[in-house]
Amino acid sequence: MSKRGFWDVMNTLDRRIIFLILLICVTLPLLLNVGGEIPPTAPVERAYDAVATLEAGDVLLVSIDFDATSAPELMPMLRSVLRQAFAKDVRVIMLGHIAIGLPLGHMALEEVAAEYGKNYGTDYVDLGYRPGYIAVMIGMGREIRDFFDTDYQGLRVDDLAVMDGVHSYEDIDLLFGFEHGAVIDYWVRYAQARFDQRMAFGTTAVMAPDAYPYLQSNQIEGLVGGLKGAAEYETLIGHPGLGTRGMPAQQWAHLLVIGFILLGNIGYFVSRRNRG
Amino acid sequence: MGSPVVMVIGTWLAGFLTLAILSFLYKDNPFYKLAEHLYVGVSAGYWLIYVAFFDVEPMLIDTFMTETGVEKWLILIPGALGLIMLSRWFPRTAWLSRWPIAFTVGIGAGLGITANLQGYVVPQVEATLIPLSGWNLVSLSNLILIVGVVTTLLYFYFSKPHKGVLGGAARVGVVFIMISFGASFGYTLMARISLLIGRLYFLLHDLLHVLD
Repeated sequence: MSKRGFWDVMNTLDRRIIFLILLICVTLPLLLNVGGEIPPTAPVERAYDAVATLEAGDVLLVSIDFDATSAPELMPMLRSVLRQAFAKDVRVIMLGHIAIGLPLGHMALEEVAAEYGKNYGTDYVDLGYRPGYIAVMIGMGREIRDFFDTDYQGLRVDDLAVMDGVHSYEDIDLLFGFEHGAVIDYWVRYAQARFDQRMAFGTTAVMAPDAYPYLQSNQIEGLVGGLKGAAEYETLIGHPGLGTRGMPAQQWAHLLVIGFILLGNIGYFVSRRNRG
Repeated sequence: MGSPVVMVIGTWLAGFLTLAILSFLYKDNPFYKLAEHLYVGVSAGYWLIYVAFFDVEPMLIDTFMTETGVEKWLILIPGALGLIMLSRWFPRTAWLSRWPIAFTVGIGAGLGITANLQGYVVPQVEATLIPLSGWNLVSLSNLILIVGVVTTLLYFYFSKPHKGVLGGAARVGVVFIMISFGASFGYTLMARISLLIGRLYFLLHDLLHVLD
């Protein structure tokens, strides 16, 4: 094949061939289970430290602000945070602002609670969803029961021991939100700025660049970004999961894309020179 | 968690739907369309049921039935505004929906202005007022941040032509903006690959049991 022919072929390559190569690149590392622990970065360590400051009986508010479209990134970090909290006998209160994602959060909550022998209503609760997240966030600064007088299955929160003495942000020691959209902005602007609520976040990789300014300004205490962040958190709690397992595949795929970008650019310039 | 049989059926159904969606990468086909329509329909149905039985019923209907004081009647105001919103379906009464929309916009603007100032503008300006003391990496990092903020702001200053000092600063600002775009693109790529990893892990681990 001539030099010109090669680059012409590359420039007109059927994109399905690229998809196939990417599929192989992601599948092989998963099957071979190569790689190891991912060293944690400062933003993730800060998030871990924020949860680590909690003591037995303290209250961790977990906000599920994602749905199935972001589950592969956010579920591993949600499980890790719940493991860290339950291991310290911290009370966990879950709620969410994306109704369709709450069952995912509930699934992880039940799964991890069972690992640590925790009981619903005593050690943790799922308050569910209420519409109008700004009103909910501001109202929770006064009285949580104004919006969540019952849990997700209709049980009165006053009958649940886990809610004893928990009325507003003053009674919540840390908020950990799992975000795939703009809800993080509202948490920061309404709960942190108005009520000085301590908070850390796990976000999708897409959202992470938008969240870094909050970390730099110390409005949030930590940030876990994307699957890599989840892998780092798994390293910190010593419990590898999907994040750690997926990192080699992530690395191979990134190298492949970098290669394609270089190849595409070289091909473009070579073709232009040959034409002109 | 359901029974084992339900779990197996659910896993196989999820596997089929995953493959149906991924089949679009080859070309559009009826399996993809089926999965896409199912997703839209199930999502809409879930929202409807959730909002009706977990919000409208307990927060509006039950509150009206059980409250005795002034709250019993106050709850009718948001209820009425919600019903008026439905007037958009009928062209002759569509104008009525402007009232609840105006109410929502007014609340949103009022809350948003203070929240943005208190929770975003002021803390971010404060976070940009950082020390440049001594020759060390922290000062260098702070300097880069300050130069980045100032030159990016200057790029968006359009009241004077971008020539001379302003032009030079604006060009530096563009470099920072491009770096920001690059970081966003890199993160976006990572996110998309992560989603693929999640689905492949499901297929290989939960469906085919070839991963430990």
